[in-house]
Amino acid sequence: MAEYKPIRKVVSGNYAAAYAVKHARVEVVAAYPITPQTSIIEKIAEFIANGEVENLEYVPVESEHSAMAACIGASAAGARVFTATSAQGLALMHEMLHWASGARLPVVMVDVNRAMAPPWSVWDDQTDSLAQRDTGWMQFYAENNQEVYDGVLMAFKIAETVNLPAMVIESAFILSHTYDVVEMIPQELVDEFLPPRKPLYDLTNFERPFSIGALGTPADYYEFRYKIQRAMEKAKEVIHEVGKEFGERFGRDYSQMIELYRTEDADFVFMGMGSLMGTVKQAVDVLRDEGYKVGAAKVRWFRPFPKEELYELAKNVEGIAVLDRNYSFGMEGILFTEAKGALYNTNAKPIMKNYIVGLGGRDFTVSDVRKIAENMRAIIEKGELDVEVDWYHLKR
Amino acid sequence: MEIPENVKKRLSIPGDEHFYAGHTACQGCGASLGLRYVLKAYGRKTIFAIPACCSTIIAGPWPYSALDANLFHTAFETTGAVIGGIEAALKARGFKVKGEDGIMVVGWAGDGGTADIGLQALSGFLERGHDAVYIMYDNEAYMNTGIQRSGSTPYGAWTTNTPGGKRHFLEKRHKKKVIDIVIAHEVPYAATASIAYPEDFIRKLKKAQKIPGPSFIQLFAPCPTGWRSPTDKSIELARLAVQTAYFPLFEYENGKYKINMPSTKKEPKPIEEFLKYQGRFKYMTKEDIEVLQQWVLHEWEKLKKLAEIFG
Ligand SMILES: Cc1ncc(C[n+]2csc(CCOP(=O)(O)OP(=O)(O)O)c2C)c(N)n1
Ligand code: SF4
Repeated sequence: MAEYKPIRKVVSGNYAAAYAVKHARVEVVAAYPITPQTSIIEKIAEFIANGEVENLEYVPVESEHSAMAACIGASAAGARVFTATSAQGLALMHEMLHWASGARLPVVMVDVNRAMAPPWSVWDDQTDSLAQRDTGWMQFYAENNQEVYDGVLMAFKIAETVNLPAMVIESAFILSHTYDVVEMIPQELVDEFLPPRKPLYDLTNFERPFSIGALGTPADYYEFRYKIQRAMEKAKEVIHEVGKEFGERFGRDYSQMIELYRTEDADFVFMGMGSLMGTVKQAVDVLRDEGYKVGAAKVRWFRPFPKEELYELAKNVEGIAVLDRNYSFGMEGILFTEAKGALYNTNAKPIMKNYIVGLGGRDFTVSDVRKIAENMRAIIEKGELDVEVDWYHLKR
Repeated sequence: MEIPENVKKRLSIPGDEHFYAGHTACQGCGASLGLRYVLKAYGRKTIFAIPACCSTIIAGPWPYSALDANLFHTAFETTGAVIGGIEAALKARGFKVKGEDGIMVVGWAGDGGTADIGLQALSGFLERGHDAVYIMYDNEAYMNTGIQRSGSTPYGAWTTNTPGGKRHFLEKRHKKKVIDIVIAHEVPYAATASIAYPEDFIRKLKKAQKIPGPSFIQLFAPCPTGWRSPTDKSIELARLAVQTAYFPLFEYENGKYKINMPSTKKEPKPIEEFLKYQGRFKYMTKEDIEVLQQWVLHEWEKLKKLAEIFG
């Protein structure tokens, strides 16, 4: 194994994604623009134009629905494929997301979290990706540009191992258009980590023709679903192994599906996903100095959901403040529902409160985290919730 | 089934069989015959993409398949995009696509999946210039969901959502000219074909195989179930559609039009000839038939002019 010397580049989250696509030696990219995703596919086009990548077929499709359909065709024909989108584009893909997981195709996509219209908004909000929760896609939420880059590389390896598609999610503008130092991995080391795809099946096998996606009668359909669930369970192990391997090779360990930050002796923790958690970690440092015993639990993988890791955490804390930059109308924040549900049949029963924050790109700062911490401390002291779901920023 | 050599020599279409008995099409289904011819022309080294339509079912439920070729079942509106993706993958992986010895990527979709919901993906496919063949089998309605109108349903036809009745609620629009929309993309090759003329169809399939870029074939495929016609009349109806110039056979190649049938020298047969045997036209009044006849002749004149000018 060659010695690892990272190449440091100052790039946006979107460029980090594009570089990862290049380093993963993707063979087919379907491209359709939508703000704030567009610079990913533009950067990939630039790589091709400059002769920096070979054997990459770039398919400039006429819609996101066709983007995913083209990815599915290409993946079924054995290629390593990629696309990227946001919000309305992801919603338009919805039908085809099921097709990718149902046909067990390891397509990898970056979704740049953007709020759904109306009203039109191009800013950060996780509802677009979380609304795809039940499509059978794995979902990785990146906190920063480095995690976007690392996430895409790992996503290919994990997806191709368990034969399920994977989404790497970054936040609009906060990551997509903000420049930061990213440590990139030299090509030969990426190649060692991520060898060429070995498809489970492949439409270029003409020895023994077969069909994919035929009518599944009630005698068989059920088992097809069960196998997807089994693959999701297996994905937890694979995520652990691949994340650990990544850490050993490149120094950044992703073996945990929930990254814990200063939680060892914490009374309560803030839980959330994505770029939000950068702010939270910073706030934890400040709050610790101020005498709060708090920590952060960053959910990296939302699908498969890290039930077991959540349980381990929940056993040892008195409260969990779940920060949702998303909403399921008629209910509550989506991560909140999931986290509560995951713990219901366990012995861990911390007080859990849902804070709806940052919808549509509303600023979320360290002082906001402090206010939430004050509120959480009061709730824990009293032993009961004031409200279960708190629309934190609401103008009253 | 092995066909003896001496018999093979007498056949005017390939004797090879890659579409097997046990498929689940209705009796007299034109679409299934069309699929059989495509497989005869292209053989096993073919990747099919078939969207939601009768053919999804015709091929058979998992784990069976009547097709002796690789088949990817896909969503209703995605045929153009999926074959584009398959072709891109084959190219990236270094396979030869199209041509005599290349892999054939074939989209096989109904008129609904082409003229209506799949039109956008078809357009994208044509415009991007993928090396693949798109075949629209035209049975003039959504048959798989139980005979509803499509953009390709003709004027005056009964369907389950243009049911005729007291207020004479029949299909009021003329058949959408999908092939004209295709030609507007300036594709290298587009043609109409009919299951009543298999030699012509197979010749066109072979041509589409040789010509680089996207090809499109609109195949006329009667559906006894949806047309309320006797199951033994499918071929005859398909032939009459051509002879009445209701569905003329022609080719468009690099800007040039060529009419194959009916003869441009003779008057086409009257449209009533085609309407007979078909329960779906039984609600038409005399005036309705005249409207359809005029439209057919008008379109026929247009096509003849095109062939004259751009022949
Ligand atoms: C998005 C979507 N809408 C509707 C359907 C239901 N559907 C399945 S097949 C079909 C009709 C297909 O008609 P056509 O393409 O003409 O082929 P045919 O059945 O006549 O062979 C419809 C409407 C679907 N599968 N997907
Ligand atoms: S309904 Fe029509 S097109 Fe469908 S299988 Fe039956 S005959 Fe063929």
